[in-house]
Amino acid sequence: MRTLPAVTAALVLLATGCEKKSATPAAPAPAAPASVAPGGDSILVGEIFSLTGGQATFGISSRNGIEMAVKEANAAGGVKGKKLETRVYDDQGKPEEAANAATRLVNQDHVAVILGEVASTNSIAMANVAQPARVPMITPTSTNPKVTEIGDYIFRVCFIDPFQGFVMARFARDNLKLNKVAVLRDLKSDYSTGLTDVFTRKFTEMGGKIVAVETYNLGDSDFRGQLTAIKRANPDGIYVPGYYSEVGVIARQARELGLTVPLMGGDGWDSDKLFELGGSAVEGHYFSNHYSSDDPAPRVQKFVAAYKAAYGRVPDALATLAYDAAGVAIDAMRRAPDLSGKSLRDAIAQTKDYPGVAGVITLDDRRNAVKPAVVLKVGKDKNYEYVTTINP
Amino acid sequence: MASLPAPLRGVFPVLLALLLLGALQVVVGQLPFFVYLSSVVGVNVILAVSLNIVNGMTGQFSIGHAGFMAVGAYVGGKLALEMKDLAISGIPHGVSDQLQLLASLAVGGAAAGVAGFLVGLPSLRLRGDYLAIVTLGFGEMIRVIVSNLEVFGRALGLSGIPQTSSFMMIWMCVFVVVLVARRIQDSAHGRSLLAIREDEVAAEAMGVDTTAYKVRAFVISSFFAGVAGALFAHFVPIINPGSFTFVKSIEVVTMVVAGGLGSISGSIVAAVVLTLLPEVLRSLFLQVGGLEGGAALAQKVDQIRMPVYGILLVILMLSRPQGVFGSRELWDAFPRWWGRGRRAEE
Amino acid sequence: MGDLVQHLINGLAAGTIYALVALGYTMVYGVLKLINFAHGDVMMVGTFGAYAVAVGLGRPAQSSLLGVAAIFLVAMGGCALLGLFIERFAYRPLREKPRLTALITAIGISFTLSYGFQLDFGPLPGAAPRAFPEIIPPREWLVFGDRTVVIWNWQVISLLIALLLMVALQALVYRSRFGRAMRAVSFDHRTAALMGIPVDRVIALTFMLGSALAAGAGILFAIKDTVVQPLMGLYVGLKAFVAAVIGGIGNVPGAVVGGLLLGLVEEFVVGYSSSSWRDAVAFSFLILVLLVRPSGLFGTVTAEKV
Repeated sequence: MRTLPAVTAALVLLATGCEKKSATPAAPAPAAPASVAPGGDSILVGEIFSLTGGQATFGISSRNGIEMAVKEANAAGGVKGKKLETRVYDDQGKPEEAANAATRLVNQDHVAVILGEVASTNSIAMANVAQPARVPMITPTSTNPKVTEIGDYIFRVCFIDPFQGFVMARFARDNLKLNKVAVLRDLKSDYSTGLTDVFTRKFTEMGGKIVAVETYNLGDSDFRGQLTAIKRANPDGIYVPGYYSEVGVIARQARELGLTVPLMGGDGWDSDKLFELGGSAVEGHYFSNHYSSDDPAPRVQKFVAAYKAAYGRVPDALATLAYDAAGVAIDAMRRAPDLSGKSLRDAIAQTKDYPGVAGVITLDDRRNAVKPAVVLKVGKDKNYEYVTTINP
Repeated sequence: MASLPAPLRGVFPVLLALLLLGALQVVVGQLPFFVYLSSVVGVNVILAVSLNIVNGMTGQFSIGHAGFMAVGAYVGGKLALEMKDLAISGIPHGVSDQLQLLASLAVGGAAAGVAGFLVGLPSLRLRGDYLAIVTLGFGEMIRVIVSNLEVFGRALGLSGIPQTSSFMMIWMCVFVVVLVARRIQDSAHGRSLLAIREDEVAAEAMGVDTTAYKVRAFVISSFFAGVAGALFAHFVPIINPGSFTFVKSIEVVTMVVAGGLGSISGSIVAAVVLTLLPEVLRSLFLQVGGLEGGAALAQKVDQIRMPVYGILLVILMLSRPQGVFGSRELWDAFPRWWGRGRRAEE
Repeated sequence: MGDLVQHLINGLAAGTIYALVALGYTMVYGVLKLINFAHGDVMMVGTFGAYAVAVGLGRPAQSSLLGVAAIFLVAMGGCALLGLFIERFAYRPLREKPRLTALITAIGISFTLSYGFQLDFGPLPGAAPRAFPEIIPPREWLVFGDRTVVIWNWQVISLLIALLLMVALQALVYRSRFGRAMRAVSFDHRTAALMGIPVDRVIALTFMLGSALAAGAGILFAIKDTVVQPLMGLYVGLKAFVAAVIGGIGNVPGAVVGGLLLGLVEEFVVGYSSSSWRDAVAFSFLILVLLVRPSGLFGTVTAEKV
């Protein structure tokens, strides 16, 4: 054990004197060769999504959305006379793989911009690679506030968790007039935890009461114990900010146990699989989302039609936001004087009133998009009915 | 080397490794992707070699190594977060960072060692296959506990841990774990462990205090798993319970089994190969298949990794249960004077 | 009061599944002294087989008596063959090798199956969960009070099927020639071979029986939770193993009691303590039992043979 002297030395030194680091920034970030204009006559756009694993449908939708945006941009003549090309990596839903993929995009592929992840944990892992390398990154759908706090090269085109929790709390209190709500959250998911925290705070603030808090684990399929305990607390509604893969089953089992109160959730519900897994039991429940494909605005309908033609299905919010994220990136590339990380970052940061499909995007000084959320009701014909829009 | 004074002989290889790695650090420090890859490889080598002390040399079977790694990662990571804004006065920041890293490695390792002691003391009385299941249960419990604790960030885990781990530090740790494993292997202690592996009852009859030896081996092994975890926390920007699952444990088991139970160099080679193989295949498919088909194939590489590990385990057990290297060492092939303190690849 | 009854029903339903899977563990351990780690994954394969048959049959046929019987028969038969295959090619060659060799093989098979089924090319199912067809159309069987407790028809049918399978197994092990051969092999397979018992065939049959039971348990699980996914076997398998250890591994009634006990305890921890600690329950149980009474509740204490 030859390390022992070294360790003791370290501890002794630590004991002798410490100072605040803040005065001098720690060793200057390694000045990565600011993504030298990617070789040849194409611009590389890096993408990282979970294309395998439990939430794969999210990753695949997102990839489709970006693909569409890139194809459209190329059809319109590309950017600065160059074609756009994408480079996609699968992170299997794991943060260490996301960081690994980001390192590859930055150092091997020299991409101009990175788009990705859905899960916030993975986006944080990527952002920690992109920020020091000074490669701008835009996440389409990571709603955890911590993502963009990593640094000034990290952006998002969606609202943040606190807002979704806030929206549902207001909807539950103002529109549904609920007094007692139970929470059933996913213990393993940061997303679920984030939404729960804000919902709980806001709902209590508005005079409501949280009567039970239960948890489950991603991949569980028996929720009867939790639901029976919730039933005992006799709530007017249940907040289930989880993913569709469990929510469908939860809805079924709630109905089976005779729980008829409405379930409420967030954008994690948005998937065709929700209907397959939940059957008729998911009807009549509410969730907050980024946009509604029923929105009659021509911008939305044009996108929905084009997406349907390309992929044979109605685009979910993931595809739409990914499309918007790519749109913001391409728009910034057109405005930027050159494609170095620095100029591209500045151009993205100046994005104002960009006409995204899922709402007009203006990035605030914390690099988050400020935009309203919609509340949707799960309908009878495997569709979502638009209920209301809640503004920040 | 024989002419060196005795006290120096122990320190000499360490100094030599330090110098060598220091020089390499200067060379490769500018290649971030290489540094990242070599970090992943290094951590896996530490995990494999340390697991080999229990699974290979002692013949016990732990399949909860990721649990000890998690203890090290979380405790070391938490400490690093607490010390983040501090620096030791009077020395350059770079050096201070490395000393802090060293401190959190030591603390993370120690915490994992303590956990190893607590788990090992009662459960090492159990027979092999039961022990395996108990270690698995322990690994899962660690995850449940971490997911429930606010201090460890629950599901989101810890992020913002200073990314101070360097090529030199990781490979220095690799060097130390290999050195320790080799010293154990060659010592009377190691012979006792071997005796336990070959026949526990006979070893006991010969006066080997089997429980004490097993617990000691277990603690050393957990300590290094903790160190590996703490290193991991210092180069992966975020750690969360999902990084330390049963799957990770089995990955390490596969490395140890493939390399050869009891062979240190076998573990090293297997860890390096099994970590790099998917990377190489991925790059290869991208190069050969072009963007469209290649990317799809490269994606499959990630998917088929786990089933391939499974098939690999089955085939190995059926055809060569002692692993590729058996309990032989790579360095046995070299003449004696080649210096027995070196690592296999050098 | 109502919720207490409801928790009891939930716990029994979960426990029944654990018990059925635990039976397979216990039987295989009995004859081979092997922890068949892949047992839960065999169950998963059986459930996907049932899923395929049910979807293939389509809407009205899948819930007819004949359809349900076909689903059970195909899944259980298929799994029996899978079990036979695994035993013949993976475990039999290792029978005289150290026990850990077989355990590692079992872990390898478990991984190959559970992650292999996650691949989404070729005929493989892919990672996303799927809704299991309602092969027993749900109907309320008994309603108490103002719907405080509802018992569904499938809960009763599942319980009956499970009990039937258990009784049949018990009879087979203790009342038939094959059962006697099985117990002889379990007691000492070398002596059994000398007495003229075809050890290989007995072990193979035991494996097939255990695997078929697992498939049956898997279908009941899928009827209960309405969903199938490739990783479902991992946790159910582990917990069933814990159940088998609690009851004394190798002991048939012990496995049933252990399974029901585990199901109930988990349910009550979720219901009256905190649901976030559910997964810790099984493993604390396991460690506790192994430390205090390694032979389980019903096992006989035997000295380690040298």
